[in-house]
Amino acid sequence: MPNSPMTPGIVPERLPEQAVTDNFSDLHAPFDRHEAAVAADRCYFCHDAPCQTACPTDIDIPMFIREIQTGAVEAAARTILGQNILGGMCARVCPTETLCEEVCVREAAEGAPVEIGRLQRFATDHLMDSNAHPFARAQSTGKRIAVVGAGPAGLSCAHRLALKGHEVTIFDNRSKPGGLNEFGIAAYKTTNDFAAREVAWLLQIGGITVENGKSIGDGLSLAALQNDFDAVFLGVGLAGVNALGLAGEDMEGVQNAVDFIADLRQAPDLRKLAIGRDVVVIGGGMTAIDAAVQARLLGALNVSLVYRRGRDRMAASPYEQDLAASKGVHIVTNARPARIIGEAGRLVAVEFEYTTEVDGRLAGTGEFFRLKADQLFKAIGQKLADTPDGPVIADGKIRVSGAGRTSVSGVWAGGDCASGGDDLTVTAVAEGRDAAEDIHATLMA
Amino acid sequence: MADLSTDFVGIKSPNPFWLASAPPTDKEYNVRRAFEAGWGGVVWKTLGEDGPPVVNVNGPRYGAVYGADRRLLGLNNIELITDRPLEVNLREITTVKRDYPDRAMIVSLMVPCEEEAWKRILPRVEQTGADGIELNFGCPHGMAERGMGSAVGQVPEYIEMVTRWCKQTTRMPVIVKLTPNITDIRHPAEAALRGGADAVSLINTINSITSVDLDAMSPEPMIDGKGTHGGYCGPAVKPIALNMVAEIARNATTAKLPISAIGGVTTWRDAAEFMALGAGSVQVCTAVMTYGFRIVEEMISGLSDWMDDKGYAGVDQIIGRAVPNVTDWQFLNLNYITKAEIDQEACIKCGRCYAACEDTSHQAIAMSADRVFSVKDEECVACNLCVDVCPIEGCISMRELQPGEVDPRTGKTVEKDYANWTTHPNNPGNTCAAE
Ligand SMILES: Cc1cc2nc3c(=O)[nH]c(=O)nc-3n(C[C@H](O)[C@H](O)[C@H](O)COP(=O)(O)OP(=O)(O)OC[C@H]3O[C@@H](n4cnc5c(N)ncnc54)[C@H](O)[C@@H]3O)c2cc1C
Ligand SMILES: Cc1cc2nc3c(=O)[nH]c(=O)nc-3n(C[C@H](O)[C@H](O)[C@H](O)COP(=O)(O)O)c2cc1C
Ligand code: SF4
Repeated sequence: MPNSPMTPGIVPERLPEQAVTDNFSDLHAPFDRHEAAVAADRCYFCHDAPCQTACPTDIDIPMFIREIQTGAVEAAARTILGQNILGGMCARVCPTETLCEEVCVREAAEGAPVEIGRLQRFATDHLMDSNAHPFARAQSTGKRIAVVGAGPAGLSCAHRLALKGHEVTIFDNRSKPGGLNEFGIAAYKTTNDFAAREVAWLLQIGGITVENGKSIGDGLSLAALQNDFDAVFLGVGLAGVNALGLAGEDMEGVQNAVDFIADLRQAPDLRKLAIGRDVVVIGGGMTAIDAAVQARLLGALNVSLVYRRGRDRMAASPYEQDLAASKGVHIVTNARPARIIGEAGRLVAVEFEYTTEVDGRLAGTGEFFRLKADQLFKAIGQKLADTPDGPVIADGKIRVSGAGRTSVSGVWAGGDCASGGDDLTVTAVAEGRDAAEDIHATLMA
Repeated sequence: MADLSTDFVGIKSPNPFWLASAPPTDKEYNVRRAFEAGWGGVVWKTLGEDGPPVVNVNGPRYGAVYGADRRLLGLNNIELITDRPLEVNLREITTVKRDYPDRAMIVSLMVPCEEEAWKRILPRVEQTGADGIELNFGCPHGMAERGMGSAVGQVPEYIEMVTRWCKQTTRMPVIVKLTPNITDIRHPAEAALRGGADAVSLINTINSITSVDLDAMSPEPMIDGKGTHGGYCGPAVKPIALNMVAEIARNATTAKLPISAIGGVTTWRDAAEFMALGAGSVQVCTAVMTYGFRIVEEMISGLSDWMDDKGYAGVDQIIGRAVPNVTDWQFLNLNYITKAEIDQEACIKCGRCYAACEDTSHQAIAMSADRVFSVKDEECVACNLCVDVCPIEGCISMRELQPGEVDPRTGKTVEKDYANWTTHPNNPGNTCAAE
């Protein structure tokens, strides 16, 4: 008998092929020309537009929408990509409901913002489909810069530096560039291998060499980079994962959510990816939501997302919470894990204690309950992994001031690994870009 | 419910909404369906002389101008008069009029500028039982090159002459349809009156090129790589038509000349506006070509509800009601002073008013760091631009300063008496002030 959502244990092929294909297709289908025209017509071309202010990369949104309105779609794409070279990915993954679209004046007027994200995708897809790269490098400066980490921060920084005429080498410890675009973002937000296509498109600028499988701290040292290059940018993200601090975390069936998601993103055939019948996810952020939703989409029968505080404290936006609920994820709040319960070395259940908040501090109520589980995903936050000696670390991040300057001269940092910012793709892009501008100004001074 | 029935120069119809002479009225099938839908009358698509009919192009004959969401704002066409044989049209007119005796049936005509040609066709039209004729002196394309249409309408002497021929030949009321492609609409209207016209109708279409195909480098509509000027109509031309109607209605010579108004009528409100400026009936073309015959339901319900609201019992009570308030610039009250006022509750903070006033007007709107927009009374000249560009209806309004208040812009106290340019001290022609 073939597997189904009812099959016990962690097994592949719970759903028919078509169901998996449908489940992992675009969360928001791309606009066709007509839809884009209708959506673009709604923009009021606001003065000093609130949407632009809300965009961490400061895209001139009213301008690119006006360009779409007039049929100058490539110009629209250039307006976007000139500010945000990963505008294609951001169009797919930005939580627009808490960024540009949240402050759209039509949200105030009608409770329905201009669909900025989808319009942005329309424009950037249009340009990228032609595989044209709209930017050309300035004359060579002879300067060489090392970028560590090929995530959004590193890529954005490298592109801007290459544009200015510098030679860039990106070192990344993974097998492929892209960072969490390639290994973390939910599959239904970046379909058809978009992350890899975008990196290939971005590298057309020239002047950027990517060296994968190169890890700083493991064969590569910051000191050596400082020696060999004129400047160094660190965009290493948050490669470490917080632990629950409970016995049994290494039990079979217990896994970091980010590892599950990375496997999922790299799976050649999603149907072959094994998933539990009763899945429990612990956490309240984007990673928890993505793990829970994708577990459901693979065919898990019961998926519970358990968060220790109230709903309003969840890092995932109400929009993301609703998305999870609509996919059948059971959201449990005000409960914290107390015990991982196994049988014969295999996970069978997780015990939780209800909590309350007293003066902002979490306290257990002494009341316990159990959720049956054959698979548990931990998603209680990522953290800085081992970092090279040198830059000062504060509150778990590389301390930066200004446009990503670390405490070490000649070393910049940006993205999730650096202080400030929102741990979003778009902030990583902005920080990479701004650091590049600062590096350029410093080197050319 | 208000009485919408209309008597226009003796032509009766259950409501003042007629279909203008155009494709919607080119054949029996259309006109029957229009009458079933509720239209009060039709002006049949222009008939030409007996003999081989004209031929139309076989490629596109329309060009379009769009607003947001591809809403059709303006349409242009290069269509000619009817391309169906005269006897077929006359036969159809006869049977439709027989089956719909309560509806207005007007026949539009355009034959060469020779007396015999008009004398030949008029008796045949009379035989159909039609209620009246409309002389098409308006078509700006195709027919004009053959000495008809606007080629006649642009020469007041011709208008007068042809109108007189018709009045001498037929007992049917004669409506003269005017072209807007002239400098002063009063001249052709006066000519029609001198020729004995019972009424004028206006406007016909405006000469235009709507767009250029930038790949083919040809005007559109494009026929085999070439285009030509066509007649423009639709909502975009309404302001031009309203003014021309008003000019005739307030001109002493033509003040009593009945007007059937045409040009961008799309809703009951447009119709009411034309009627207020003196129109006894209105004619519609582009709106039905865009939305179909059913819009007349909205026009009927809208007009009658509004009339009920206002206590107008019949259309006679609205026709021309706004004409006394159409005046010349020099008679406008310069002591009427207003200031823009922004309703902060309604404001959605788009900042359009700010951009408009700051960049192109009088720098009279202030913008705070948290996007609160407010009017600086000391700068506001009351131009109204902010009201016009604001996307929220009613958000910005113009407050009238009361006599005795000080206008912070000029520092002068608002006077209660009316005073216009003719007596203004800055007017060099104002001899009284100089004396
Ligand atoms: C599951 C998940 C879902 C998310 N969904 C969204 C979303 O929908 N929208 C959104 O805006 N944000 C989302 N985020 C956040 C977003 O992905 C990150 O904010 C963003 O990727 C940060 O970019 P970065 O370049 O700083 O780091 P990363 O993308 O993490 O890239 C860092 C790169 O550096 C490499 N690296 C690390 N250490 C070393 C080393 N020592 N030597 C060499 N290379 C190293 C890594 O392998 C990686 O390739 C999500 C995050 C996760 C985990
Ligand atoms: C408020 C206003 C005032 C204008 N004043 C003048 C004027 O003084 N002299 C002039 O030649 N044109 C004047 N124009 C006409 C414009 O120069 C222009 O020809 C017209 O607006 C058509 O162009 P547009 O609709 O594409 O803007 C004025 C237009 C506007 C809107
Ligand atoms: S009425 Fe004119 S001058 Fe006054 S605030 Fe509005 S745009 Fe400015």
